Amino acid sequence: MSDLGYDAAHMLGAVVLLMSFALLYQRRLFSLLNVFTMQALALTATAAWQAYSHGEPHLYITALLTLVLKAILIPVALHRIIVKMKIHRSIEPALGIGLTMVAGVSLVTLSILLVLPVTADATALTRENLALSLSVVLLGLLMMISRRNAVSQVVGFMSIENGLILAAVGVAGMPLVVEMSVAFSVMVAFIIFGIFLFHIRERFDTLDMQKIESFRGESD
Amino acid sequence: MGLVVSAIAFLFAMAVAGAAAKRLPQASTVVYGGTAGACALIALWAAVGLAGGGPDAALVLPVGLPWIQAHLRADALSAVFLIVVNLGGITASLFGWGYERAHHDSHGASQDGPVLPLYPLFLAGMNMVLIAADAFTFLLSWEFMSLASWLLVLSTHREPETPKAARLYIIMASFGTACLLLAFGVLATAHGDYSFAAMRAHAPEAGAAALVVVLILLGAGSKAGLVPLHVWLPLAHPAAPSHVSALMSGVMTKVAVYAMIRVLFDLLGEPDWWWGGVTMGFGALTAVMGVLYALMQDDVKRLLAYSTVENIGAIVIALGLALVFKAAHTPVIAALALAAALLHVVNHSLFKSLLFFAAGAMLTATGSRDLNRLGGLIHRMPTTAVLALIGAAAISALPPLNGFVGEWLLFQAILNAPALSEWSLKIEIAVVGAALALATALAAACFVRLYGIAFLGRPRSRAAAEAVEVGRAMRLGMAVPAVLCVVLGVLPTPLIRLFEPALRLLVEAGPFDGRAYQPWFWLAPTSAIGNSYNGLIMLVVIALLSVVLVLGIHRKASDRVRWSIPWGCGFDGPDPAAVTQYTASSFGQPIRRAFGSTVFRARDHVEMPAPGDTRPARLSVTWTDPAWLVVVEPLSRAVTWLADRANRLQFMTIRRYLTLMFLALVVLLVMVAVTQR
Repeated sequence: MSDLGYDAAHMLGAVVLLMSFALLYQRRLFSLLNVFTMQALALTATAAWQAYSHGEPHLYITALLTLVLKAILIPVALHRIIVKMKIHRSIEPALGIGLTMVAGVSLVTLSILLVLPVTADATALTRENLALSLSVVLLGLLMMISRRNAVSQVVGFMSIENGLILAAVGVAGMPLVVEMSVAFSVMVAFIIFGIFLFHIRERFDTLDMQKIESFRGESD
Repeated sequence: MGLVVSAIAFLFAMAVAGAAAKRLPQASTVVYGGTAGACALIALWAAVGLAGGGPDAALVLPVGLPWIQAHLRADALSAVFLIVVNLGGITASLFGWGYERAHHDSHGASQDGPVLPLYPLFLAGMNMVLIAADAFTFLLSWEFMSLASWLLVLSTHREPETPKAARLYIIMASFGTACLLLAFGVLATAHGDYSFAAMRAHAPEAGAAALVVVLILLGAGSKAGLVPLHVWLPLAHPAAPSHVSALMSGVMTKVAVYAMIRVLFDLLGEPDWWWGGVTMGFGALTAVMGVLYALMQDDVKRLLAYSTVENIGAIVIALGLALVFKAAHTPVIAALALAAALLHVVNHSLFKSLLFFAAGAMLTATGSRDLNRLGGLIHRMPTTAVLALIGAAAISALPPLNGFVGEWLLFQAILNAPALSEWSLKIEIAVVGAALALATALAAACFVRLYGIAFLGRPRSRAAAEAVEVGRAMRLGMAVPAVLCVVLGVLPTPLIRLFEPALRLLVEAGPFDGRAYQPWFWLAPTSAIGNSYNGLIMLVVIALLSVVLVLGIHRKASDRVRWSIPWGCGFDGPDPAAVTQYTASSFGQPIRRAFGSTVFRARDHVEMPAPGDTRPARLSVTWTDPAWLVVVEPLSRAVTWLADRANRLQFMTIRRYLTLMFLALVVLLVMVAVTQR
């Protein structure tokens, strides 16, 4: 592979990771959605670049799916939900932003320490890519637990899935079927989340998880 | 091997037939007949294999986890235990068939839970444990056996004590399986292969082996009833229907012994000297405690269950001795001790089945298991009385019955202690021998008490006075083990010869090695220090002495005029509550005073009414089980405490759950990252 191909792939992967960090410190729902859209766009670019540089046309389909679902459909739908349900548009973090960032950086360190020795005999691109995508997955998880708002938990889940796709496009030989099924499972998950959000909203008049928890008769 | 597997498959088919019992009119005949047939087939296969120098059949079934498969193998050791299990299966089927019909007639249809579908499953589970040749199949079969027997215990769920017994049983069974799981995990760590062949090839190092020994003693010991893990056994075994009690007590405990032998002698390789010491110590404690418990029981079946604990103790002592002598590189003595263990396994399965059947017959005839409500049954149930006498004499180790031969061999092994070099072991074996002698003597007292109170004297209740002899199938079910008890007692040598392939497999020697002259009627092991036993001479002498004694008594005593008091204190006529008779508690009192007041904190309370009061005076006995105080109660408190803490996990928020999962993931990843360095 040419140096350009490697550098570009590396950079695009890094952008995806950067967007994950950006997701962590957003305080507004709409900006959260915007960052998420940008992450999806970066992912689309990665997939398309891999398809081009490796000459694997099926990755174009992955790129297209990502673009349509992640970058357009889901953000737009979430946007509409937020507007329609008049959700309070600020996010209340359960963990301080600074602490979250520190935790995020240490997670990235962990995944680099973890992946690089394991994949000693794989190509450089695969190693970098795996490290990046593992970091994205871990950051997505971190986001899900450090936010109280249901919408931001949905976004966190979606960004975990972005990490998986990033791993899938980076590793040569991942069958298309897997990507397709991952994409569709996310779609289904999204629909279910949407329905749940509506129902929660109807029942409890809020999407703040902390307030919802008080309805269980338990408090933590 | 194919034969054994298809016979087990047939047992499963019988379970299906049993499940359809409501539709089939003759279901119980079909199921018990089919089960007995399948058991007979397996036992025959095993016996033929052993006679031909020990079978060694293996089979790999493509079931179970995809990359592991199910390895089955029947070697000489499996064959010995296959005979024990299936012989028990045959007699229990025969007895159970009659028992079920008798209870069906008297109680009407669906008083109890289903026994028919579970009974063949229980036997199938025990057979599968014996032929399993990888840890996965073994544990699966083991758990299957436990669950089937647990459900059988629950079949009497209408009785007030059953739920408690079943709960304790399932807890102890899970505990045992967990220990076995860990033991096999340790055995497989070196190479990651769970088949027994691989474990045998790679013996673990000393530390791991020590851990395995402890775990096996806990895991298999809790199933066999080693003190202090025996607490479930006297509750659960009597709760099941009598033929199932016989199987659980006489046979399932032997499957646990099989697990001990398989791991300690076969899989772990060369033993260390202290393994046998620990094993023996537990055995001695179990033997003495078991029989002391038994002496204090009034419930016939519970008494028998405690007596099982005692016999398991004797077997485990023999196993410990065999380990010690194997470690000391005196294989012929080890073979003698192991032969004693195997012989006692067979013997106990025979006479314990017989005695449980007799208890079942008493229960059928009188509706009671309480010794203090029985009495005088020898007149009402003569056949049962004779057969139960054989069982009681055999378990008390009286010559010329089989119990005596087993104990005799065991003591020959104990007398070989000076051949060892470790002084601590020499002293321990002497102590263990004394404890075993004490346990044997107390066992004899215990069964004199059982037999005397239940069958002799006068009836203590109307039900006992009106008891009728049980049906032919039940009597036949008792007669088979009784006859075997006598035959094995008179001619034990052929059976020990039959076991020789198993002994050679485990300790690489036979008990008769190096003896030129070995007739089949003479039992003279090489290392028995010149002692020998001849059952035929014993039989003839005892028969002659008995005849002389009977004739003498008849001549001199029977026709004498006897004087008695006209006011017989209620002994005149069949008083339904002949309370002035010697009772079971009266019989146990001297021993309870001697041992029970320290070990069990047994106390007698006399409630004496004031002069002029017409109330009767009452004597009540209270005692506490030290195993409950020391093991079960602290454990149950700990479990409750942990459960309370863990209960909080039930009520956390989604975010907390996610956090926990996330943290677990991160910790695992960190561990991976660290261990890679």
